[in-house]
Amino acid sequence: MTHLNPFLLQLSIAFPFVVGLTMFMAGGTKKLSLKCLSFLGFAVPCLIAIWLFFQYQMAEKIDYSYAFFSNLPTGLQQFGISLKLGLNGISLPLYLLAGIVGLAAGLYAINSIAERLHLYLGLLLIMYSGLMGTFASIDVFFFYFFHELALIPTFIMIGIWGGRGRRGTAMELTIYLTLGAMLSLAGLIAIYAVSDIHSFDLITIKNYLAQSPLSYTLQKNIFGLLLFGFGILISLFPFHSWAPKGYTASPTSVAMLHAGVLKKFGLYGLIQIAAPLLPSGLGHWAYLLAILALCNIIIIGLVTMAQRDLKQMVAYSSVMHMGYAFLGIVSASVLGLGGAVLLMFAHGLSVALLFLLGTMVYHRTESYDMNSLGGLSQKAPVLCGFFVAAVFASIGLPGFANFWAEIAIFLGLWQFAPWMLYPAIAGVVISAIYGLRAIANIFFGQPSPQFKERFNQSSIQDISIKEKIPVFILLIALLVVGFWPRSITQPINQTLLDNKVEAILTAQIGVTN
Amino acid sequence: MEIFRAIAETNDWYIIAPEISLGILALTILMLDCFFPKLVPAILLIGQAAILGLTIFIFEPLVGSYFSGLIQIGTLSQIMRIFFLLSSILVSYLAYIYFLKQKLPRSEFYVLILIVTGALMLLVESSHFLMLFVALETVTVGLLILVAYCRTSVFSLEAGLKYLILAALSSSLLLFGIVLLYGVGGNPTLPEFTNDAMNFTALGHFIDANPSNLLVKLGIILIISGLAFKIGAFPFQIWIPDVYQGAPTPVTALLAVSSKAAGVVVLINLFNGPFVALQSFFTPFLSATAIITILFGNITAVSQTNVKRLMGLSGISHAGYLILGVVAAFSIQWGNAAVIFYLFTYLLGSFAVFCVMSHMSGVNDADQDLHDYEDLAKNNPILGTTLLVGLGSLAGIPPLVGFIGKLLLFIAAFQAQLYLLLGVAVFGVVISTYYYFGWIRDAFFFVWKDSKDRETEVYHSTKRTPLLTIPDRMVLIIIVLFTLLLGVYQGAIGGLIF
Repeated sequence: MTHLNPFLLQLSIAFPFVVGLTMFMAGGTKKLSLKCLSFLGFAVPCLIAIWLFFQYQMAEKIDYSYAFFSNLPTGLQQFGISLKLGLNGISLPLYLLAGIVGLAAGLYAINSIAERLHLYLGLLLIMYSGLMGTFASIDVFFFYFFHELALIPTFIMIGIWGGRGRRGTAMELTIYLTLGAMLSLAGLIAIYAVSDIHSFDLITIKNYLAQSPLSYTLQKNIFGLLLFGFGILISLFPFHSWAPKGYTASPTSVAMLHAGVLKKFGLYGLIQIAAPLLPSGLGHWAYLLAILALCNIIIIGLVTMAQRDLKQMVAYSSVMHMGYAFLGIVSASVLGLGGAVLLMFAHGLSVALLFLLGTMVYHRTESYDMNSLGGLSQKAPVLCGFFVAAVFASIGLPGFANFWAEIAIFLGLWQFAPWMLYPAIAGVVISAIYGLRAIANIFFGQPSPQFKERFNQSSIQDISIKEKIPVFILLIALLVVGFWPRSITQPINQTLLDNKVEAILTAQIGVTN
Repeated sequence: MEIFRAIAETNDWYIIAPEISLGILALTILMLDCFFPKLVPAILLIGQAAILGLTIFIFEPLVGSYFSGLIQIGTLSQIMRIFFLLSSILVSYLAYIYFLKQKLPRSEFYVLILIVTGALMLLVESSHFLMLFVALETVTVGLLILVAYCRTSVFSLEAGLKYLILAALSSSLLLFGIVLLYGVGGNPTLPEFTNDAMNFTALGHFIDANPSNLLVKLGIILIISGLAFKIGAFPFQIWIPDVYQGAPTPVTALLAVSSKAAGVVVLINLFNGPFVALQSFFTPFLSATAIITILFGNITAVSQTNVKRLMGLSGISHAGYLILGVVAAFSIQWGNAAVIFYLFTYLLGSFAVFCVMSHMSGVNDADQDLHDYEDLAKNNPILGTTLLVGLGSLAGIPPLVGFIGKLLLFIAAFQAQLYLLLGVAVFGVVISTYYYFGWIRDAFFFVWKDSKDRETEVYHSTKRTPLLTIPDRMVLIIIVLFTLLLGVYQGAIGGLIF
């Protein structure tokens, strides 16, 4: 069975892509068969991701703990480009995250009432395929390639099925993100061009640069390109303005996939590619990055507190929590980097869950304005329970995966600069304030005057079975990791130790400081 | 007379079989037009396909000089033959659609396309300035008639006049440059002087020996200026929007793809042939041209609402990327291959868009507005998808082939250490997303409108919802599939070019 695993990894990328293309041409067929087909497209990669996750420990590994390795040439071997797939401890959690969130978003989309559903599902499937490919690629070229493959459908989906201001927002988002993507592409090409081995294969580059590291100036400049390129994609502090607008205008499934998974591309790139290849660069930029990350936490945190619109609030909170992941990276230790990876996983699940539940609230109240709601728990107690759980997860209370991630990051940060811990922890308080206030305003108390009329109509139902399934998928994943963090931290830890990331980083940073 | 006898006695004619066949095909079509005018499109298609087959069949990586050094055949020129033939087939298809909407004589148009294609082939094969100039003038005169072909349209006539004046200007610049080189090359007081300073090889030896001669540099600058007109590079790009708008859409495509490609390839030929000694001297000059061209094309395209002008201006920016590749190729061995690959991606992307434009255009060919594309994706998904794929490829979005083309150029530029140029190119790509995606936005994103406004547009929308026959769909699907497949798997064409 194990020799099939590399093939399964390829299948998890190719399958949704092929199903997605089929959906485009299947305009005339029956709704039911469309839904069944697309369900297969969403479920198969998720199952493969879970299967591979549990196979990873036993699997045979090559350099840098990559398992399930496969290599398919595509005609550009002369440039050192070929489709190399595999998973290591850093990419495995994100691959799993893409699988889980993709399935949840897909299930929600299948049951939605979108016009021209076959197109919507087709685009979503192509985006899904791109996400699975991004985290499964060892080749840096394909890492970028799959990211763009996932990014372009968001443009069309926001433009066609989005909410208020969709046309303008779609353009703004695309141009902003293209800028980020082009900057990071320039950085990746720079690594390729200066490393003299003419290969985009990450393993080869790592081996080569471990032997002969680049000069300090080169590392500094290239890391700067990657940092700001990826930073735009991750919504690092001064470059975050696309994110709240974009998520507010997106259809729910797109917001789930984008905020939950696609945005992690940049962080993943920093941890998997930039930090190990350019440790001195990280050392050079670490302090500035830490300050910007604190701005993410404190300034965006305060902005989040000021939001009255539920979807805006969730969007801003997703920007805010990216700050913690950056703080994990700057600490440049196994603890910090591992915490950042775990946070990406946990945050991806929790923010997707919040977007999902936020839309469910909207379907019942037809308003995102938190001040004009209230008392919803009387009508929808189960939804209320889920929402409370999602908010707790997002704050980072024990029992959820986010808790372990934040703890690890704080411990790592202590080694980097103890004073930064205070603003960072203040951020947790801020997220508790806005999270709990949102719960109180929406679900408890009496319905507000504007909401009263609608509240008294009996049309408000509690959460249905169809809606429950995607919620359960996300929540269970959060809880499993929350109570059994070892399942996911062990591969992360092992990979980071195997790669001697800490040794490389401290040695290089130490020399240059 | 000696030369003519030598040419007549050498049996080299088979080497330009594709060009000769194009000429024969053109004459055949003129004949057919008298007797069986209905057969013309079919014979045209079959003939061009047969010539394409022939060109691929006789393809061999030989480098040889023929006709006393007038023509040099190598891998590059043979690949470009295929390029021009593909382009010619697609232009003929566009012309076929165009004539469904216009009451104009047809056969002459096809004949001119064939002759221009043959001349373009000779242009990229020429290794003698005499040959180069004759081929170039054949192209220019042919294109001139084609641009002004729609005699009933003021725009077309205006475009023809503008093209005439500016083409004459550029030809005279080119000719002046050639004459300067010829004059200085024949100066017996200089080392390595030659009797035949128009021959690329002899001229190359001369320039090698006198790289710092002022007249040589001046001559080269004038020749580059003449070529910059063809390519649409700064400062000779200003004719493009008006001429592209006024010319019939198929001619616009021919100008945008074939003519531009020929200019770029001649530039490559010259800088790897006679001008090789001055590569490093002209690097800053060409880099500056590329930078301004990229910025000019992208920034001016942002505000366009006429799609033909938009394609023209965005084409200028592509010319900038191509020059970037040419400059990078001075120090990177595979740089020229990257440029050729980029030309093929540009061919696919452009023709995808031009096909959609031909189907969408009304009776007034010059008036094609972004506005007309509203709700295209809903009314006609096949055209919508083709437009999406074509524009995406031109913008350089994975998984479409345009991305690979841009990536290779950028890698080449990075390895050639052209950092400023690369930065501008990257910035240009970001700007280009605005107008390419703006066009997609108009085609795909439903606009909320008052029902009254919709009613007044009924005429408009019926005019703009073309019906596609099955061959039309086949053509569009083939272009889309190639753009997608080559984006993911470059094995076939990558092996051919690199």
